[in-house]
Formats: sequence, C-alpha cells, structure tokens
Amino acid sequence: MKTITSLVGNHAVAYAVKQAKPNVLAVYPITPQTTMLEKLADYVSSGELKAELIKVESEHSAMASIFGAALAGARVFTATASQGLLYMGEMIYWVGGARVPLVAAIATRAIGAPWSIWDDHEDFLTKRDAAWIQLMAQNVQEAYDLTIQAFKISEDKKIIAPCMLGFDGFILTHTMERLELLDDSSVDNFIGKRDFSIIDFDNPVGIGTVAGPQTYMGYKYSIKKAFDGAKERIKEIMKEYSEISNIDYQPIECYKCDDADYLIAAMGAWSGDARVAVDMLRSEGKKVGLIRIIMFRPFPKEEISKYIKGKDILVLDRDYSFGSGGILANEIKSISYNLDSKIYSLIAGLGGKDVSEKEIKTLAEKMINKELGDEEWLM
Amino acid sequence: MANVNYMLRGTAACPGCPIPRELNNILEIAGKDTVLVVPASCSTIVMGDDIHGMPSVVPVVHSPFAAPSAIASGIKAAMNQLNKKGNVIVWAGDGSTGDIGFASLSGAAERNEDIIYICYDNEAYMNTGIQRSGLTPRGAWSTTTPEGKREFKKPLPFLMMDHKIPYVATLSIAYPFDYEAKIKKAMTISGFRYLHILSPCPPGWRFDPSLTIEIAKLAVETGIWPLMEYENNKLKLTGPSILLKDKSKRKPIEEYLKLQERFKELSDEEKRLLEEDINAMWLEIERRMS
Repeated sequence: MKTITSLVGNHAVAYAVKQAKPNVLAVYPITPQTTMLEKLADYVSSGELKAELIKVESEHSAMASIFGAALAGARVFTATASQGLLYMGEMIYWVGGARVPLVAAIATRAIGAPWSIWDDHEDFLTKRDAAWIQLMAQNVQEAYDLTIQAFKISEDKKIIAPCMLGFDGFILTHTMERLELLDDSSVDNFIGKRDFSIIDFDNPVGIGTVAGPQTYMGYKYSIKKAFDGAKERIKEIMKEYSEISNIDYQPIECYKCDDADYLIAAMGAWSGDARVAVDMLRSEGKKVGLIRIIMFRPFPKEEISKYIKGKDILVLDRDYSFGSGGILANEIKSISYNLDSKIYSLIAGLGGKDVSEKEIKTLAEKMINKELGDEEWLM
Repeated sequence: MANVNYMLRGTAACPGCPIPRELNNILEIAGKDTVLVVPASCSTIVMGDDIHGMPSVVPVVHSPFAAPSAIASGIKAAMNQLNKKGNVIVWAGDGSTGDIGFASLSGAAERNEDIIYICYDNEAYMNTGIQRSGLTPRGAWSTTTPEGKREFKKPLPFLMMDHKIPYVATLSIAYPFDYEAKIKKAMTISGFRYLHILSPCPPGWRFDPSLTIEIAKLAVETGIWPLMEYENNKLKLTGPSILLKDKSKRKPIEEYLKLQERFKELSDEEKRLLEEDINAMWLEIERRMS
C-alpha cells in the first residue's frame, strides 16, 4: 500500500527515519538539515517515534553518541551537512573502522571559507575513503527510498558498515515534491529486526583496542573484502526494495546510454537537469546518454565500464580536489584507462551556483564539436 | 566485596602507576554489568591490545580523545530504550576531561545523562610523554613547560558543580575507605555523576615509583587536593580534609613538592603563587559550603 503525498526533502527523510524505527537519534542543528531535526523532534515528542533523541552539543558528539548506542544494540540515525560533517569527521572514520551499522543523512552543502550555506557535493565526497557505503539521491522520492534502503544495507550481515545518504541542500531538502510513501508494515518487513549488539556483560570484549603493526592491516583488509562483496548484496537489496516500491533502483541509472555516442555522467539533483539536456540533444539528433551514479561507495566500476568504452564523456562535478581535479571525473578516469574513453571534466555549481539544463546542453555540444578543454569551470 | 579481580595483573601500566588499582576498586563496587568508555590516554595502553588481550573483565569501549561523554550518553540511551540494565562509566584522563573533551563533558553534564564520569588526573598529557594540560599545576615542569607552567590548574570539580549535576566528588587512592564510599554513593544516585581522582604519575611527576601512595597522601595532607563531596547542591569536606579547613592543620606544601622533580626548579615567587592558588581554592570551598 502506498500513499501519495508531497513533502520537502528534509521531511521525507524524517518520515523514512520514523518508519525505520530507530531507538536512538542524535542530531545537531545545521543549515540546510535543521528542519529534519525539528521534524524528528516532533515525532519523538508526540510519541509517533518511540526513541531517544539526544540533543547533543556538537556534531562530533552526535556521531559519537549514536556510535555508542549502536554498540549497545540500538538502531540509530544522525544527519548533518558541510562544517558539521567535517566536525564529526574523526568519528566518521572511527565508526567506519569499527564497522558499526548506522545511518547518516547528509544535506549536502559547500564548505567554508568563505561561508556558504548553499549546495555542492564537496562535504559528502570528503568522506569517500572512510569505509562508509555512500548513496546519493536525485530527488525527494529517492531521498526517502534510499534512507529506508540505507538502514537495511547498513545492518545486512554480509555488509555491516555505516551508510551515508547524500541529498542536495535546499534543492532537495527544502523543495516540496510529489512523493509515494510505503506503509509502515512494508518498511518493517523490508528492513527487518536489528540483530547487532557488541556490548555484552556476559561476554565482555574490548572495542577499538590497540592493534599493532602486525594486525592493523588485517582489519583494514577485512573492510576491503566486505566492500568488495557489498556491491552485489546492495544490488539485491535495491531489487528487493524495487519490488515493494515499483521504482527501479540500481547502483547506477543509465538513461538512453545503450545507443549513445556521447555520455554525460553526474550524481545528485542536477542529474535531472542533465536528463533534460539529454532529451534536448536527442531531439536534435545527437545521440547523448546519461550515466547517473546513485551508489558512490563502493564505486560501481564494472557497471560504469559497460557503458563508457570508446565514448567521450562529460563528467559533472559539484566539487573539486585542489591540485588534482573533479572528484567524480577522477573516479571515472580511474576505470577508463584501457577503455579508450575520453573524459571531459566540468566543474560547476559550487556553493549553490545555479546550473541550467541549457548550460549542460551547450557544454555537451562543445564536447561533440571537440571544442571542450579537459577541464572547464562554469563560472 | 566479591573476591574477583576486575583488573587482571600484568598490565602495561608503568611501575608505581595507580591506574590499575584505582580501576579495580571502582569495578569491584560497580560489578560486572558495567561498561567502561576509555578515551585516548594512558589507559588506552593499560587496557591491552588485540593480541595479548585486555585486563578488564568488563566490556571496554575505546573512544577518540574528545568523544567519551557522548559515546557514554549513547550507550545509556540505547540501554534505556532496549530495557537493559547496567552502569556506564567513563574513565578518562585530565587532558580528555578538562581540555579536548570538555565541551562534550559539559554537554553530557548539562543534559544530566545517567552516567558516571571519572577523571583520573595525572596533571599532564602523560601518554604522549608529559606535555602540560589545563590541569597541570602552576610551576610544574613538563616537556612543553620546560620553565614551569605559568598558569593555574583548571578547577574541574568546581566547574562540574556549576553544572548543577547530582553528584561531584574528589578522590584519592591513598584513602581507600573514602574512595570506595564515594564510588558506592555515586552508584546509588542517578543522573550525571562526576568523580575526580588525583592520580600521581611516577615518570611524569619525576618521583620514585615506591612513593605513589605517599605522594597521593601528602597531596591531601598539605591541602593541595581537598577531599570533598557535592550532593543536593551542597558541598562538604570528607575524610582527613574535614580538619584541614583550618590552615594550621595542613602540612607545608614543601613536603609534597620536594619529593617530585617536576617542582625542582620552582622559584620562591612561584611557590608563593602556588600557595595563593591553594588558599584561593580553600576560600572557594568555604564560600560554596556556606
């Protein structure tokens, strides 16, 4: 049973969290996430969500407290953005290293200095090496759906890792969209019961105990193996979800890729604009397709490789690695070295700068006409 | 008291280090249904490694430096939600407590989280090799204050009393009855409980490892470390410190200082300032007791 409604992204994610029935939440206010925290506080206060919401004094403590709660067997959640994500950065790595199931929603936002409250993907992508599963939503529906999936992925016995959902600040957090909600029992059945507790008085163990040079690498290798295996399992979980939601979920979405001569690659909300650009180009007879990355970690290398052989690809990055390049462009380059593909990196939309479908179309045309440099900044 | 060792022998603690004894005396009272949260500190090492195992017979959650109060808050929240019973105890050094983790300690205290926070105060960053902390006393040598620390010792017990939490106490392992009575008292109270142990450190304070208890005792007898207890918004002195409100009953601080090489270079002027710090602390105690 689905209910059709409309919600802003922050409230859609809050609703998904309520349906996932976490026991402990800890969230610290930060724009553009704050209205989600307020909604969660309402749910807890009204008793609709039976949980403790710890009103922590910082994001570092938000992640630390849900880490503790997760060790004690609770299903847990936090959300943040930008400076807050960086401030919890030490704990982000700590929970990744400890392989603790938990879910964090990131309302993506630029990083200061200078101050900016507006959208880009830099914050989300700084955590790409932290042993987290990372998913990125395109619209409010996906933010809702992927939040529910994140709980199941994170707690799955074959995965056991923290899971991060990115969704664009303001563009999704504060925009009201049509939304199909699952009923509570479907969500219950899908996620299942949490079965994970490490703190056990009858079987006391040390958690995070010092590991010397002889053993440390072994723990890291076990995470690598888990991530290597996680992708197939995540695909199964996405498929399972698709069956109850009737919306198809995969680690990547390919739009008109099969017969395309050229590709655009993107993730997040502006993929929707890229899709419109593809339609406009197609209507002019230009065979362009769109690869949209939904699962950023583990990176869907094989899935992307299938489509990019011999293609020119315009990669959209709302982020930048200074001294290196666009982060998504670099990721795709790293799998294209023997596929005879040519990557054109577009850096755009930093700090909330608006990017239109027409601009994306124009840049794709420049790529087709061989007028595009290896890296362009859309100022 | 059950005849169980809660801290097994053969830890990596330095000779003369009181940490294992301090912990054992706590865990004997708290019992097996207790989880310890231990931030980066000497106790990270004392708690063993993944090959040799850990000396604690209760679960230990290792914590990044600034995180123990929040981790403990989360553990307790989960236990409450899942109807599990047990004690959540933070065991942290002075650097975590008074410096890098102070915001999170203050946050957890302000929320009156139902946890016990114990600071074992060895008055410097000892695990990294004796660097000054906010809780290093005036005049003390450390590797980052080669000329002696110029600032006073941050008064953590008072700061925690100002959080209006249900229980604050200062402890010394040299007075085990007073020590255990305070642990027992803390166990009977719910809400945020803050216990602060002055924990002498032979390599850091530069004294012979056989003198740990003597120095802990002298800290109390000279009035440098008053044993006190704050409960129901009321402060009182405990044990030997009750009589030491009268300054004439206190031993001269030289007796404490002369056994520790960290005070070797202390000038007369610095000693006078240190005495002023101590007098001011006693005036503060009197003010808070009245």
